[in-house]
Order: sequence, then C-alpha cells, then structure tokens
Amino acid sequence: MSTRTRTDAAARRAARPAKTNRIGLEKTSYRGRPSTLCKGCGHDSISQRIVNAAWEMGLDQTQVVKLSGIGCSSKTPAYYLGWSHGFNSLHGRMPSVATGAIIANASLEVIGVSGDGDTASIGIGQFKHAVRRNLPLIYIVENNGVYGLTKGQFSATADEGQFLKYQGVNDLPPLDICMEALTANATFVARSFAGDMKQLEALLKAAMNHRGIAVLDIISPCVTFNNHDTSTKSYGFGRANEIRLHDLSFVPEFEEIQIEEYEDEIEVELHDGGSIILKKIDPDHDPKDRTAAYNVIQQSLDEQKLITGLLYINEEEPTFTELLDLTDTPLTHLPDEKLRPSREALEGVMATLA
Amino acid sequence: MSVAVREAPVVVPDAPAAVNDFAINVATANGSGSQTSNGVLLRALFKMGIPINGKNLFPSNIQGLPTWYIIRLSKDGFLARREMTDIQVCMNGRTVAEDMERVVPGGIVIYDDSLPVANNRKDVTYYAMPVKDLVKEAGLPHALRDYVANMVYVGVLAELLGIEPAEIEAALLHHFEGKEKAAGLNMAMVERAIEWTSGHDMRNESYRVERMTGFNEGKILVDGNTAGALGALAGGLSLASWYPITPSSSLAESIEKYAPALRTDPDTDKATVAVIQAEDELSAIGMVVGAGWTGARAMTCTSGPGISLMSEFAGLAYFAEVPAVIWDIQRMGPSTGLPTRTSQGDIHASYYLGHGDTRHVVLFPANPAECFEFGRVAFDLAEELQTLVFVLSDLDLGMNMHISEPFEYSDAPFRRGKVLSAEDLEERQGSWGRYMDVDGDGVAYRTLPGTRHNMAAYFTRGTGHNEYGYYSERPEDWEQNLERLKRKFETARQMVPPPILDEVDGADVGIISLGSNHDGVEEARARLAATGLTTNYLRLRALPIDESVRSFIDRNKTVFVIEANSDGQLHSILTTEEPAQALKLVSMAKCDGLPLSARYIAEQVRKALEEELI
Repeated sequence: MSTRTRTDAAARRAARPAKTNRIGLEKTSYRGRPSTLCKGCGHDSISQRIVNAAWEMGLDQTQVVKLSGIGCSSKTPAYYLGWSHGFNSLHGRMPSVATGAIIANASLEVIGVSGDGDTASIGIGQFKHAVRRNLPLIYIVENNGVYGLTKGQFSATADEGQFLKYQGVNDLPPLDICMEALTANATFVARSFAGDMKQLEALLKAAMNHRGIAVLDIISPCVTFNNHDTSTKSYGFGRANEIRLHDLSFVPEFEEIQIEEYEDEIEVELHDGGSIILKKIDPDHDPKDRTAAYNVIQQSLDEQKLITGLLYINEEEPTFTELLDLTDTPLTHLPDEKLRPSREALEGVMATLA
Repeated sequence: MSVAVREAPVVVPDAPAAVNDFAINVATANGSGSQTSNGVLLRALFKMGIPINGKNLFPSNIQGLPTWYIIRLSKDGFLARREMTDIQVCMNGRTVAEDMERVVPGGIVIYDDSLPVANNRKDVTYYAMPVKDLVKEAGLPHALRDYVANMVYVGVLAELLGIEPAEIEAALLHHFEGKEKAAGLNMAMVERAIEWTSGHDMRNESYRVERMTGFNEGKILVDGNTAGALGALAGGLSLASWYPITPSSSLAESIEKYAPALRTDPDTDKATVAVIQAEDELSAIGMVVGAGWTGARAMTCTSGPGISLMSEFAGLAYFAEVPAVIWDIQRMGPSTGLPTRTSQGDIHASYYLGHGDTRHVVLFPANPAECFEFGRVAFDLAEELQTLVFVLSDLDLGMNMHISEPFEYSDAPFRRGKVLSAEDLEERQGSWGRYMDVDGDGVAYRTLPGTRHNMAAYFTRGTGHNEYGYYSERPEDWEQNLERLKRKFETARQMVPPPILDEVDGADVGIISLGSNHDGVEEARARLAATGLTTNYLRLRALPIDESVRSFIDRNKTVFVIEANSDGQLHSILTTEEPAQALKLVSMAKCDGLPLSARYIAEQVRKALEEELI
C-alpha cells in the first residue's frame, strides 16, 4: 500500500508542470548534498530556508559563494545551493576568507555561515572586524549555545546558569551576537528562530538585498546536546517565548508591493531593490534607530525573551568594497595588461631609484 | 671658534691612503634623525660611482636606544658587512666605549665635542666636531636645529674624505623629493660644516673617496622590500593584506606607496589592486587564501611571529590547494627575539609550516633584482602549483639599501595554471574532479567561483576529500590524495628557480648558501682563493631542491652549508633530502643578529679544513 501511494504521488508530480522560478529553475536545483547532521537539527531548517529564499529570489547560483568556518553549522554549506562554490575554511576564520573572496570578485553574492562557537568564541575578532568593515556579506550565525561537533561543551552564547550534562552549570554571562554586531557598527542586524519559516525567509531575502554586512543571529536548537526547555536555544523555549518585533515580509523589486495586505506598516527600501515591509506589533521599534535596537536587545536579555525580527538597518553607510574604489570589473576578471603597470609607469618609478 | 680640535698623536700608517675601500660607522641615538644624513651620505657616494652598501643596525625602539649605520665602500665591489670600522662617527655618548673597540689601528674618530670621548687610544686620530656651535652659527630656526644637527658630520666627512658637495646636494633633493626648501636648510648646515673643517688642520692621509667608473653605471640603489613590492605590483598582485610587523611593514607600505602610480586603471581611474591592513596575521593570510581561491593574485608579508600565527592557514592552503603567497622578511627568533636584527631562522618553519604532512615551496631571493623577479615568480608558481609559496627575505636584504641591476619590465602573460572556464566545462560535458590527477603531474584542474556553468562548483575543505572534493574518510582516498600531493611536490622541484652555480676548475670544496649571505660568501671565496684555496659555490634559490643540488654535492669532497641561523636549518633539510651524501655536508651556521661577514666565513672554512686534515 505504501509503495502504491508513493507511485501515485510520483505520478501526480510528473503530471504536474514543474514549478519554476523567474530564471526558469525548479527548487530542486537549489539543493545541495544530503545533510549529515542529527535528525531535527535547527541548522537543517535554516538550510531549507536558504534554498527557498534563493529559489524565490531567482538567484543565479553560479554567482553565489558560500563560506563557513568549522563546526556543525559550518558543514551546512554543502547542503544547499549545489551549483555554488563552497569553502569550509578554518574555525573562526570564515570572515577573513570571505573578505578575500569579496575583494577578488566583488560581483559575487557571498553567504557566510558560522556557529556560536565559531563566531562568539574563537572567531569573535574576525567577526567584529568583518562587521566593522561593512563587507557586502550575509553573515549567518546558527546559534545553539553549545559545541555540537565536539559533543556538548558550553559556547560563549550559553545562558548563565544553564545546565549541561557533561559540563554542569554555566557561571558566565552570554555574549549576545546581535549586541556585538551592533556595537561593531553593523548595518543590518536581525534575530530569528530556525523554526520560524516565514520570518526567516523574509529576513534572508532582505539580507540578500542589503548592500553591506547583514548579521542574522538565528536561534537554532541542538536536538542532541542543548534542547532542554530551560535553554533559550531550545525548540520549546523558542516556540513558547518568541516575540516578534514585526510581522515581516520582503518584497523583491520584481514583485509588486501588495500594500493592502498590511496595516500600520512601514516599508524599508533596500539598496539593491526590493523592500522590507514591517507590520508593527511593537509600534515603538523603528529599525533605523540604533538606540532603539540596543534597548530591544537589552530588554530581550533582561527578560530572557526571544525577541525576533529586524532589529536594525542602515542603508547609508558605504561598504568596504566601495571604499576601496576598485574597478567596476571584478579584479579576477581583469586581463593581464590591467594587472600590471605600463612600461612607462614602471620606468618612471625606476628613475626615482637610479 | 671657541672649541679647539683636540688631537691625539697621529699614527700615519705605512700603507698608502685607502681610496674607496674602507668602512664608516655612524653611531647615533635612535630617533635623532640620522636616517636622512646617513641616506644622503650613501647616495652621494653611490652617485660618485663608488660601490657601497649601507647597513642600518637599529634597536627595537622609537627614541633613545643606540643605532649604528655602517657604510662600506669597496672599489672591488665587495659589499658584505665589515666587522671593523675605519672611520667612526660618535654622536651617541652611551656607546663611545664599545664604538672605540671596533676602530682599526690608524683609523679616524670624529665625535660630537659635547660627548665624553676619552681620546685614550694612541693608534687612532680623534677629531672633535663643535656640533652645537655649528648648528647655532648656521642661523637656522630653533625648531629645526635638532633635525639638521646630524648634517654636521656629513659636512665634516665630505671635507675630510673628498665627497663631492654637489652630490650631497643632489642626494638631499632626492631625499626630500625635490622640495628645495627642506634640502636647502640641510645643505646650509653641510656647507657650514665643510667650511669649518677646511679651516682646521684636520689631516687625513689614510682615507679618500674618488669618483670612479665601472660599477654603478646603469644601476639603482634600493632596498629589498621596495623591490619586492614593485615586483608584486608588476606581477599581477590584486590583494595585499598585512599586519604591521618589523621588518616586513615597509614591504606593504611600499605597495601602498607605489600602487596609485603603477596600478590605477587608466580607463576608469580606479584601483586594480587592494591593500588591506588586517586586524592580525590570521586575518591577513585568511584574506589571501579567500582571494587566491576566487582567482586573484594575493599575498601577505610578515616576519617570524606572523608565520607562527599563519600556520593553520598554511596547512589549509597546502591541503585544499589554494594559491597563496607569503613574504617572510626574517628577523631573529625564537619568540619575539630581536625584532630589528636579521636572521635566516625561518627556513625550517616555512618549509614545513602546518600540522600533519605539509611542505611548501620556498624562494630565497639574494638581492633586490631577485626580490623584484620573485614578486611575480611567486604568483606564477602559486597558481601553477595551486599551493602556498613562501618568499624568504630577511631584514638585511629587505630594509638595507643595496646597489642593484635595474628591474626588468616583462609583459609576458602571467602563468595562471590549470583553470577550467565555462567553455572548457561544456567541452568536457561537465565531467571533472577538482582533485583528479588528469595529467600525471599531481596538479589537478580547478574552477573559479563565478564561473557561469552549473557544473563548475566544487566544495573546498581542509577535511579529507576524494577526487571530486566530497568529504571522505576512506583510507584509500586519503592515501591517494597525499600520494598525489607528493607527485605535485616532485613537479615543483622542476619548476622553482634553479640554483646558481659558480664552479672553479680543480676545486673540490663546495659552498652552499642562500639569500643575503651572497655578498659575504663571494668575498670570502675571493679571500680564500687569494691564499690558494679555490671553492665551488651553489647559491640555492628555492626549496624543494632539484637534481642539480645532488650532483653539486656529488662533485665536491666537502660542502659547507652556510646560513644565518643557529641550528643549521638548511643543512638539516639537505641531509634529510640527500641522506646518502649527508656526511659530506658541514654545517656552518651563525646567528648573532648581524649579516655574515666575509672574514667569519673564510676563517671558518679554513679552520674546518685544517682541523679535518689534522
């Protein structure tokens, strides 16, 4: 019977014209290799959201690169966007590798994936400097408060007073990724929850259209080592305590904005086209107000609530590549004669040394 | 003039005056502005056609600690460091005692008359310079007096030795990049000092400079770091990322300095190269690896502590096969060591940098022209071999001024290695494996991110992988991959710059050395030859070694491996790679922070041979 059901389903799918996106691709084209993470891992949900967002936006995967550090989260670039070059680099060092890639070829869309150990501990320095430089980079932190791949040690985002089987009680206060990002002058700071499909996809799409660095701190429960309901990084806690700042939609420039769907909303236009529509739940939060963003994050820490949504956005600051004033043609595409001085120019320098 | 010239009894040596063949040592305090005066002296002598070399022995300090600048003049073109000083200029009271120890009998000591110089050596001539009075008399604004005080000894030396004032003036203009006012203020001080010197009976029968020809024509005066920077800019550099560290900072700063003139796109007026000061060395090399992976020519420059920090990325670049270039301007280690003193102590560390079985291509430039050449060669090799390439310079080569052949312009196409385009993939119908040894040379084909073909992508990782780049823990995959990397290293042996050989008929004593030791080795060989001991010389320019090194050792009875470190690092690599000939290799390693002198090398070779005979 089950065999028959599958056959029927396959037949129905085959009969249906495949749904394609605006560049004529089916969603399956955006998948990667099968995941080797634990069943139910929040990271796999995030990978799926990346697939959906990229497909819906009609991203040309060959113009995307996906980079990561080391850890469970950093394995995930293998699991989505199979036509994109991927680089699973070193622990905590994804930002520097991404910086090099971005400067070499500024036309690429660069997605960096990291975890809380990768970003908030070993890589906190590179994280903050990448943010400070306002790199055109989507920086995703898959945050579960625990080291998964080394089997259950506390990370720097673990809650104070939290209990883990092998380590006991965590005595230290957590680092907050969004707070760190904001302090380092991030131009896009958002928090979401791996289980919140709609919000996460909207934020990913908005991040894809943001010109500078987009930091997405995504609470992503570890089903094996840190899914106690007492942890702020558990499914149970997330579902029970998530407070959305706004109902969030992203409208790419190739789609018309359906104004009538929203009441009491604000629209944030993004540099690369498209806009984020924020339907206000908390009418006081203006995502262009840095102080307000600090307050929301502090409130979330004080009350141990998972306040999600777009916390801060600034579309005005120049990106690092803009500041470098490089040729519009990516450096990797320049022909040899543009990558060396003219004979006269070198002779001019030689004359000063003679 | 109230201050009299105090003179010790002059010992006139029997020998005729040394013309263009002696050493001047200027002792100053760091931060007193002596760089200008010393640089001007050096350049004036260079422009008079005299073979010269300037070595700056400076402290790790901004102000106050002692600094020495040694100018060697050698009409025969021997430009290694001289251990003894013929003319000592004392501008630093704290070092007078030790300065005096280095002065040869018959030498001259010129000192600031405010310093406590004891005049207690009877075999040297002392001249006191009334520096303060001369500065006052020059009528310069108060604020500038400290800056021009060092010009006093420039003027005294000029008059005493016969350095042409016109060349000093030209050198000042060059130093101040044509700013006549600044040059003029300094020249006024020089002229006042010349005038004062000529008005006093400062006899000097021993040392003269004279304009000469036959050596400096067509040559340039430059430091190795500037040369390396120009070579990289001419060699297709797209990204230089760095973190400040002595003695490599001036390489990155030279790239910054020359990039606008050399690498601004004339069509768009925009930059074709990015220079980034990173937050640390980890980030600097990370950016290089990211850019190299994406298809750009990228480098970083650092020194010993920096390569320690870059170790993990070095292993990644080796194993994931990403082109990258690190310039290591070596200084004294271990640890923080002596940051402002030269050494060749990173040969081992760079050759094997990284955990697990890791080996890298290492280049050893010996002069500025080679720094320039290797600026490009390093990128060619990194991309052709898809690996990390080190360029090992050192503080002596990198920061001191050397006479060099001018740098040759090349518009030969860059060698970008095996890169598949979208069209290539279409031809192959998408069938390719990132780590598949198609050609049998161990070098596989890669694609660049952004290649518009849906089979272009592959996954780069430092974890175990099979020929397609997929994660694999299969023992066969692991072994196969490492075997291929070994094949690739064999390919590298044939591609790196070969050694330079200088062999003499009938000689059976060999010398293997590298890098900036060259001047000392050449002079030592001449000294040895003058006493009847001829030697063969192989100057190694890269690791891994090729067949020519083996056959060189084969042709000699004894081979001295001369290097500026303590453990004999090159010696140990050679004995490992040529075990059958290991007993022929004699380590001659010295590490005291100073460039090797010819006297030391010649004496050690002679002593070792004599001891063996006994």
